[in-house]
Amino acid sequence: MSSAVATAPGGTSDRPYDDAIVKKFILATMLWAVVGMTVGVWIALELAWWPANMGIPYFTFGRLRPLHTNAVIFAFGGNIVFTSMYYSMQRLLKVRMWSDFLSSFHFWGWQGIIVAAAVTLPLGLTQSKEYAELIWPIDLAIAVVFLAGALNFAMTIANRKVKHLYVAIWFYMSFLITIPVLHVFNSLAIPATLTRSYPVYSGMTDALVQWWYGHNAVGFFLTTPFLGMMYYYLPRASGRPVFSYRLSIVHFWALVFLYIWAGPHHLLYSALPDWAQTLGMVFSIMLIAPSWGGMLNGLLTLRGAWDRVRTDPILKFMVVAVSFYGMSTFEGPMMSIRAVSALSHYTNWVIGHVHSGALGWVGMISFAILYWLTPRVWNRKLYSESLATTHFWLATIGIVIYTVTMWGAGLTEGLMWRAVDDGGQLAYPVFMDIVNRLSPFYWLRFLGGLMYLTGALMMAFNLIRTITGTEPHAQPEAVPAK
Amino acid sequence: MSNDNTHWHRSLIEPKAGLMAVLTTVFISVGGLVEILPMFTASAGNQADLLEQIHPYTPLEVAGRDIYTREGCYVCHSQMVRPFRDETLRYGVWSRSEEYVWDRPFLLGSRRIGPDLHRVGGKYPDAWHYEHMRDPRSTSPGSVMPPYQWLHESKVDTEDIRASVVALSRVGTPYTQDEIDHVPDLMKEQGTVIVQHLADAGITAEWDDEIVALTSYLQRLGRDRKATLATAGGAQ
Ligand code: HEM
Ligand code: HEM
Repeated sequence: MSSAVATAPGGTSDRPYDDAIVKKFILATMLWAVVGMTVGVWIALELAWWPANMGIPYFTFGRLRPLHTNAVIFAFGGNIVFTSMYYSMQRLLKVRMWSDFLSSFHFWGWQGIIVAAAVTLPLGLTQSKEYAELIWPIDLAIAVVFLAGALNFAMTIANRKVKHLYVAIWFYMSFLITIPVLHVFNSLAIPATLTRSYPVYSGMTDALVQWWYGHNAVGFFLTTPFLGMMYYYLPRASGRPVFSYRLSIVHFWALVFLYIWAGPHHLLYSALPDWAQTLGMVFSIMLIAPSWGGMLNGLLTLRGAWDRVRTDPILKFMVVAVSFYGMSTFEGPMMSIRAVSALSHYTNWVIGHVHSGALGWVGMISFAILYWLTPRVWNRKLYSESLATTHFWLATIGIVIYTVTMWGAGLTEGLMWRAVDDGGQLAYPVFMDIVNRLSPFYWLRFLGGLMYLTGALMMAFNLIRTITGTEPHAQPEAVPAK
Repeated sequence: MSNDNTHWHRSLIEPKAGLMAVLTTVFISVGGLVEILPMFTASAGNQADLLEQIHPYTPLEVAGRDIYTREGCYVCHSQMVRPFRDETLRYGVWSRSEEYVWDRPFLLGSRRIGPDLHRVGGKYPDAWHYEHMRDPRSTSPGSVMPPYQWLHESKVDTEDIRASVVALSRVGTPYTQDEIDHVPDLMKEQGTVIVQHLADAGITAEWDDEIVALTSYLQRLGRDRKATLATAGGAQ
């Protein structure tokens, strides 16, 4: 099966692979990574030290937090996914992208949407649904641009020069199919003005539709395309074929089937009907199996290459990424158990979980791919391998500080909220006493986030020096054995 | 792995992109349909007596809710009291699905950086909210909430709120034509009462200040449910 991955550079002479589009997406990824994480560090500071809100409406926590989530998920996450797809699809299908116009439209359209988001969210123009905040005209643009991109990918698949579809492509396809479905149904609304609209669903139905969307934004935006990326770039970077083809099939189908059911784990003990809560809990617990199937397939792919992990920063990033994927997909199902959610819901524990997935899995695998791709598409030697290794350590220590302090903060507040004294009265009736206890955790998280951001800045510097360098990329392509 | 080529799915499914796409679509549809469709008929299970007492938001409250959304208050405050002893002690009676019927968009929230607000209506006087929003630390020492002094300076636009009321009635909120025709009057009427409360506390405000609209919304939260409980004899 590894044959699909082990392609030589190619395309045909009249239609060579389009790497110009890959370059554009790489540059956009770096830019938005820095922007999104800077806003993350900023809002982390706002919680530790309220004057960072600056007394200006546009910069208050309530408006900047959605900017952070949109920037890191759709701008940083979206651009690295598209980067990876444009590079790997052409090679796996042995054909140039179907339409250069659509590639370019997709790129500029997506960046335009991001800029529109960066302007409207600080202005307070929002629909308030998490990760679906953007106002209805931007929602329409998202549908058009995403579907234009999807059409281009679909036609490229239809015109492919190889028969079999490599597993990475299935994961990409599930992303291309599911995201428009989620986006359209969650965004159905009646406009009141050009910038304001009201959803067609109300109350708990609206909440359920939102978390059907929200959880699967995690599932099909931050997970399946990234698994596809793991399946392509991990074998390429390590020179090892994927451990088990059969495992990849089983966990793919199980993952796409089970994920959709899990949304109600965001609404446990809420006014949502019990049967829906129970379905959400049961399916979330079952999700461990296909998630760990993916993690094991990734880690076992490295068998026989562990000596290289010690020296190669790219493999280091990948190993940590896949490990955090395993960790957060173990923690998530645990938090879906009603008794655990009773403690963790509403607390910083959820924030710890989010960022072990986001910084650990999504962030680290994205960095690995950027370090692997940039020297190849520009044909320049990586400016500094030791700087990349420093980035790796800063990021890893940053994640650990971030997640551990958020678990600490989450447990602290969760336990203090529910504590009752011998007389059956609240032990901490003044909410503010609990808020004040969190301050040290917020400062430490700010520090962890700052380290992670510093690493990302080092990467941006390193890759820009790589691109502007003169020495060609000399390393022979690592081709999987067999 | 050597015998992969002999597996049925390797020749029957995986080379066929269209079939893969169809199967994927089917796989991702099942869960959503099973969970979401019943929600549209589930209202039959709602208790009619409670439902009757949950009133749509008044135009001023709609304006306040729009401000609540715009400022991202829901980012830090939940509106969902869970059925636990500590939560009912801290906030009040737990939330029921009927209470949200007129909530578009829903504003349950997923974080409690600050306390839950589903029962905040009537908990504090109007003047408390006025001061708290201007300088949160004046009422709640140590709070991490940002000050929102611009709400005390900007005005609501009644035409804008009329557009909101019209759109809400289009998606099913039962506003009468009379209410739609008199949005500014209704807002002024309700706002003036709050202005009077503020004047009693020595604060000068006008009915169309944004802070007045926001206060009307906050004071509204949980009130219908509390009223139902009061008539039912205070039982939970
Ligand atoms: C420098 C790195 C980062 C820092 C300092 C940071 C900081 C923060 C902070 C302070 C919050 C608000 C937490 C709260 O409500 O209490 C947040 C939320 C969030 N961040 Fe980050 N972040 C960073 C990177 C990322 C990345 C790379 C991603 C995704 C790829 C991400 C995804 C999210 C999401 C999804 C939320 C919302 C969580 C929820 O709603 O429960 N963050 N972040
Ligand atoms: C099997 C996999 C997973 C399951 C079952 C799961 C489950 C959960 C649960 C129970 C919550 C808490 C909801 C609450 O109490 O409010 C949550 C929140 C969250 N998880 Fe996961 N998780 C999984 C994997 C992941 C991964 C890999 C990521 C990131 C890449 C992630 C990102 C998030 C985000 C962003 C939230 C916050 C949502 C919000 O409140 O805004 N999850 N997840």
